[in-house]
Amino acid sequence: MAKDGDVKLIGAWPSPFVMRPRIALNLKGVEYEFLEEKFGAKSDLLLRSNPVHKKIPVLLHADRPVCESLVIVQYVDDAWPSSGPSILPSDPYDRATARFWAAYIDEKWFPSMTGIAKAQGEEAKKAALDQVAEGLSLLEDAFGKISKGKPFFGGDTVGFLDIALGCLLGWLRVTEKMNGVKLLDEAKVPGLAKWAERFCADDAVKGVMPETDKLAEFAKLIMAKFKAAPSPQ
Amino acid sequence: MSEEVTLFKTWSSAFALRVVWALQLKGIRYESVLEDISNKSDLLLRYNPVHKKVPVLLHSGRPISESLVILEYLDETWKQVPLLPRDPFARATARFWAKFGDEKVMPSMRTALMSEGKEQEAALAEASEHLQKLEEELKGKKFFGGDSIGYLDIALGWLANLNRVFEEMCSFKVVDGERFPLLFAWLEEFSDAPVIKDCWPPHDKLVPKFIALRQAHHATSSSST
Repeated sequence: MAKDGDVKLIGAWPSPFVMRPRIALNLKGVEYEFLEEKFGAKSDLLLRSNPVHKKIPVLLHADRPVCESLVIVQYVDDAWPSSGPSILPSDPYDRATARFWAAYIDEKWFPSMTGIAKAQGEEAKKAALDQVAEGLSLLEDAFGKISKGKPFFGGDTVGFLDIALGCLLGWLRVTEKMNGVKLLDEAKVPGLAKWAERFCADDAVKGVMPETDKLAEFAKLIMAKFKAAPSPQ
Repeated sequence: MSEEVTLFKTWSSAFALRVVWALQLKGIRYESVLEDISNKSDLLLRYNPVHKKVPVLLHSGRPISESLVILEYLDETWKQVPLLPRDPFARATARFWAKFGDEKVMPSMRTALMSEGKEQEAALAEASEHLQKLEEELKGKKFFGGDSIGYLDIALGWLANLNRVFEEMCSFKVVDGERFPLLFAWLEEFSDAPVIKDCWPPHDKLVPKFIALRQAHHATSSSST
C-alpha cells in the first residue's frame, strides 16, 4: 500500500543510471521532482539519502530513499502496481530471464564498454572493442528469444530489460563516435539496431535520453578530469 | 510436463548454498547435481553458457542462473515461507543490501583472507567499514528479515562461514562480539537455525580449500608489500 507521497529523484542528465528510474516513473505516469546534482559537488541531500554509496540516482518517496538504479525500477513497479504497464514481466520465468540479463549488462557488458576508454594502446583497444561487440552479439540473441517478434524485450511495451540496456545507448553512441567504430551495427546486430531506434523514440524515453553530441561534449569534459569513463551505478 | 527441480552446484559454492537454503526452507523437493569446477559437465555449459557457473536451477526443463535471481524466482513460484517482504520499500531495502553484500563486503573479506601484511590490513579496514553498515541495519532485529530468516539473511549467510574459516586460518575473527555485537549475534543465530545448520559444507574440507587458495594466491601474485 504505497501512499502517494511526494516523489523526488536525485540525479543528473548525463547519467545512464539516473535515466532508468526516470523512464520507469514515466511509464507509470508518476509525477516527480527532478533534483539535478551539480557536477563535481555532491549535495547534502544526496549524501544524507545515500550515505552508503553517495551516488545517484536516489529516489525519495515520501522522504524515504531508495538507491541503486535497478532496485529503484523494481520499487517503482511494486509501489504503483495499478498504474501504467507492468515493468517486469508477469511470468516468474520471464522475470528471472529479465533479471539475469540486466545483471549481465551491469556486471559484464557495461564494464567492458568503460574498458574501451581505459585501454592503453591499439591492441588493448581492439580487444576491448571486440569484447563489447561479443556482448552485443549475446544480447542480440537474447533479444530474439525474449521479444518473440514483439518490438521490445518487454513485449509490446518498454519493460525492465529494455530500460536496463536502453539507458546505455547514449554512452554506446558516444563510444562509437569517439573511437570511430560502429558497435550497434545493423549488419551484425539487426534486431538490436532496430530495437534501439524504437526504444529512443518511445514516449517514456525520448524526453530523458540525452543527445549524443551533448553527451560527447560532457564525456570530453570528464575524461579530461578523470582520464577514465564513469563508474557504474 | 515435468515439474522437476534440479540444482547444479559444487560442494563448497557459497552462491549455490543460498539456493540450497531457499529450497530447503520452502520444502521444495529437488535433485542435486554436483559439479567439478575443473571439469564442468556438458549440461552445465549448456544451461549456463554465458557464465558457465553454478548455481543453475533447472525447473521443468528451463534453466535459471545467478543465485539472487534464482532466490526471487523461487519466492515467486513457491509462495510458502516467503523470503522477500511484501512491502515495496522493505523489498527494495533487502535487494539493496544483498547487492551491497556481494559488491562490497564479499570482495573485501575475500581479499583480507587471501592477503597478508599491509594489504590484509587495508582489506580488513575496508571490510570493517562495510560490516559496520550491516551492523546498523540489524538494529532492533533478530534477523535481517525481522523475526524470521529471509532473503537478505540467505544472501549474507556466507559471512557466517567465512568468519569461521578466517578464525581458523588467521587466528582472529573479523566479525567479533565487541566491535559488531549485533552482527556477531546474528552469525550465531543464523548458523544454528533449523535447516540452515544442516546445509553448511564440511568445515574440515573447507578450511584446507581456502588455505590452498591462499597459497596459490601468494604464488601467483607479484611481490607484495
